[in-house]
Amino acid sequence: MTTARKAPAWYRTVFNLDNGFRGLMTLAALCVLGIVGLIVSELMQRSSLAWHAFGLKFFVGSQWDPVSGSFGAVPFLYGTLVSSLIALVIAVPLAVAVAVFVTEMCPKPLRKPIAYSTELLAAIPSVIYGLWAMFVLVPLFRVYVEPWCMKYLGWSGLFEGPPFGIGMLTAGTVLAIMIIPIISSITREVLSVVPQHQREAALALGATRWEMIRVAVLSNARAGIVGAIILGLGRALGETIAVTMVIGNTPQLAKSLLAPGYTMASVIANEFAEAPDDLYRSALMEVGLALFLVTILVNILAGLMVWTVTRGNPARSHAQ
Amino acid sequence: MPSKFVQLRRQVTDRFFTGLAAGLSVVVIGALVAIFAYLVLRGAGSLNWAFFTQIQKPVGESGGGMANGIVGSIMILVIASCMGVPLGIGAGVYLAEFGRGRLGRLVRFTADVLNGVPSIVIGMVAWGLVVVQQKHFSAFAGGVALAIMMIPTVTRATEEMLLLVPQSVREAAFGLGIPQWRTTLSITLPSARAGILTGVMLAFARIAGETAPLLFTAFGNQFWNLSPGQPIAAMPLQIYTYALSPYDEWHRQAWAGALVLVLLIVGTTTLVRFVFLRRMLGGAR
Amino acid sequence: MATAVEVRDLKAWFGKTEALHGINMSVESNHATAVIGPSGCGKSTFIRCLNRMHETNPEAKAEGEVRIGGMDVYDVPAVDVRRRVGMVFQKPNPFPTMSIYDNVAAGLKLNGTRNRTTLDDCVERSLQQAALWEEVKDVLKKKSGASLSGGQQQRLCIARALAVNPEVLLMDEPASALDPISTAKIEDLIFELKQKLTIVIVTHNMQQASRVAEYTGFFLMGNLVEFDKTEKIFTNPSDKRTEDYITGRFG
Repeated sequence: MTTARKAPAWYRTVFNLDNGFRGLMTLAALCVLGIVGLIVSELMQRSSLAWHAFGLKFFVGSQWDPVSGSFGAVPFLYGTLVSSLIALVIAVPLAVAVAVFVTEMCPKPLRKPIAYSTELLAAIPSVIYGLWAMFVLVPLFRVYVEPWCMKYLGWSGLFEGPPFGIGMLTAGTVLAIMIIPIISSITREVLSVVPQHQREAALALGATRWEMIRVAVLSNARAGIVGAIILGLGRALGETIAVTMVIGNTPQLAKSLLAPGYTMASVIANEFAEAPDDLYRSALMEVGLALFLVTILVNILAGLMVWTVTRGNPARSHAQ
Repeated sequence: MPSKFVQLRRQVTDRFFTGLAAGLSVVVIGALVAIFAYLVLRGAGSLNWAFFTQIQKPVGESGGGMANGIVGSIMILVIASCMGVPLGIGAGVYLAEFGRGRLGRLVRFTADVLNGVPSIVIGMVAWGLVVVQQKHFSAFAGGVALAIMMIPTVTRATEEMLLLVPQSVREAAFGLGIPQWRTTLSITLPSARAGILTGVMLAFARIAGETAPLLFTAFGNQFWNLSPGQPIAAMPLQIYTYALSPYDEWHRQAWAGALVLVLLIVGTTTLVRFVFLRRMLGGAR
Repeated sequence: MATAVEVRDLKAWFGKTEALHGINMSVESNHATAVIGPSGCGKSTFIRCLNRMHETNPEAKAEGEVRIGGMDVYDVPAVDVRRRVGMVFQKPNPFPTMSIYDNVAAGLKLNGTRNRTTLDDCVERSLQQAALWEEVKDVLKKKSGASLSGGQQQRLCIARALAVNPEVLLMDEPASALDPISTAKIEDLIFELKQKLTIVIVTHNMQQASRVAEYTGFFLMGNLVEFDKTEKIFTNPSDKRTEDYITGRFG
C-alpha cells in the first residue's frame, strides 16, 4: 500500500479507519491472551495463601482435613490419576477399534452413521453422563460388575471391599465413555492420512487385510494415535461433574478400584462454594492451579504429537 | 512354500480382528443407545406442561417443573454470547486477515490452550473476577464464565471459514480500491457467514450443557429470578442438584430436564453438522 | 516356450464404466513383456488385474480368466495370488517406520518365516538381486526404508517384492518417477531378473520398452490392439493404430 504525500483529507480518514479496524481486531485477539493471563494470575494470587502456609508439602501430604486446617492434596492427585488411567484402559481399545473399523473395514454406507454416532457421544453434557451413571451404571456395578470383579479378579488385590457401586471403577468407566469420541475422531483423522500407496504395498506382498492394517496403517499412524490418546487423557483429567456424581467423594488412598475416591476437579466442585475460610478456599485454588497446569501440559504434548502426523490443523486438513 | 497351517492361521487372525473391531464398535454404539434409551424411558413420562411453566415445588409435594432453570439458562447463554461471540469473531478475523506473524501464532496457540482448560477452573476464575467484586453470585458471572469457554470454538471456526474464502476475492476488492476494513466487513465475512454461524451454534450448544462453571458463579436459585445481577437457576445446575438429592420426585424432574437438555443440544449439534457443514463443504465430511 | 501368464477374455469395470474390453494375452515365461499405450488406455488396470490389486478399489470388478502357472487367479484367495505375483509401483513406497532389513523381510515375516538365518539369507539375496546390497549392507537395520534416495527406494521395493520368490513380477511404470541414472540401473536389473522370473512392465516410454522387453503389447482405450515381438511392433507394426502411436501421431 503506497502512502501518497499530502493525501487529501478524505483519504486520510479512510486510512485511519483501516488502522482502527485492524486495531480493533488485534484488541480482540489480545483479549484471548489477556483471558489466559487473567486465569493464571487469579489462580496464582488466590492460591498464594495456601502456598505460603504449606509450600510443597501440599503436594505430598495425604491428609485433607478442613476442620483442623491441614490440607494435603495427594488423595486428589491419586484419584485424578487413577480414574483417568482406568478411563484410558477402557476407552483406548474401544476408540481405536471403532476408528480402525470405520476407516479400514466397514462397508461404505455404514461409515458415516457409525462415525456420527460416535461424535454424538461427545455432544452429551457431562451432567447427563453423571445422571445416567448414577442411576444406571451404579446399580449395575453394585449388583453385577463389582461382585464379579471381586470373585474372579480379586487375586490381584485391586478389587476388594464392599461393592458400593460408586467408586473409582465406576467413575473411570463413565469417563471412558466420555473420552471415546475424542480419541476415536483424532485416530480416524490420522488413519485416513496414511497414503493409499502404503496399503497397496502391503497388499501386493500378499498381506491379509488385518496384516495390511497392522503393517501399513497402524504403524504409520503410531505417533498420531498416541497423540489422540494423550488428548483423551487431557480431557479425562479435567472432567468434573460426571465424576463427582459417582466417585464417592472420599479423600482417601485405597488400593482397591472399588473404593470411593476423590479427584482434583471433584473436591473443588463439592467444597468450594461452601468453604468458610480463606485458607480453605486458597487450598482449593491451589488444587485448581495444579489441575490447570497438568491439563495444559498434557494437551500441549498431545497437540505436538498429532501435529507431527497431520502437519497442521487437523480440522483444516479435513476441509481440503 | 508357507505351510497350510500358517495360511490358515493368517486367515483366522484376519477374521478375528475384523470381528473384534466390529464387536467393539457395537459396544460403543450400544453405550450411546443405552444412554438415549434411559433418558427417554425415565424422562419422557415426566414431561408435561407444568415442567415447562412451573418452578420446583417444596419437598413432599409432587409436580412443579424447571421453568426457572430454562429461563435462567437462556439468560446466562444470551449474556455469554454477547461477550463471547464478538470477541471470538474479532479474534478469528485477526488471525485470518492479519495473523500470519508471531503474535498470530501466539494467539492461535493460546486459544488452543484455553480450549483445554477444565471448566471448573474457569468457573473458579470467573468467581474471583466477578463474584468476589460484586460480593454475590449472579447470572452475569455465569455468563462471563461461559463466554470464556465459547471463545476458542468461535475463534477457530471464524478463522477457518475466513481462510476458506479465496484470496482472489479479497484481491478483486482491493483492486477496485475498497479498503481492507470494508472488504472484510462487506465481502469476506459475509461469504464466510454460514460457516461462522455454525461455529457459533456449535459453541453455543456446547456451553448450554455446562454445569461446573456455573457452580460458583450463577450458583442456582430455587425461585424465579429475572435479574442478571442475582443468583439464577440454570438447567444443568438443577439437574445436578436434583440428581444428588435424596428425593424421588426430584430425580424424576432431573431425568425430564436431562431429556430436554439432550434433545436441544444434540439436536442443534446434529442439525448443524449434518445440514450446514455438509452443504457448505460439499459433502466432504 | 512356457507361458507364465495366460489371459483370456479379461474384462474390467470401474463402477459402470468398462475399462478393459476382453483382453487376450499369453505372457512368455522368463521374458519381459512391455505394456504400452497412451494415458488412460487401461494398461495399469490390466496389470493390476493380474495380481487382483484391481479389486482393492471397492467399485472395481473384473471378469475373465487369468492363469498364472496354471492356477486361475480368481479361484484362489487373493492373498495366495499376490504371494506368487510381486508388484512394484510407480512411486516407490517402502514402509517408513521399518528399517531396510524389515522392509525386505516384510513379505517373508507375513508368511510365517521366523528363522533368523533364513531371513538374513533371503534379505541379502534379494538386495543383491536388486543391486542394492553393496550400498546398504552396513546400515540394514539402522536406516529406515524411507531415508534412501528415490532410486534406492525403488530398488528396495524391488528387493521387497523379490524376497518372497514370486514367479511373476509386475512393474507399473517403475522408473517414471526416477532420474535417468536410477532408471538405467533399474533397466539393467530387469535384464538380470528376466532369467529367473517373468516380468510384465507397464511403461509410457517406448524406448524403454524396446530396450528391456522381448514382447510388447499395445493398448488403446481398453483394448489390446496388437501383441507381438517388440522388434516387430516398433519396426513393422501390423495395425495402423500401433503405427500412429509409435510414430508419435498421438499419445
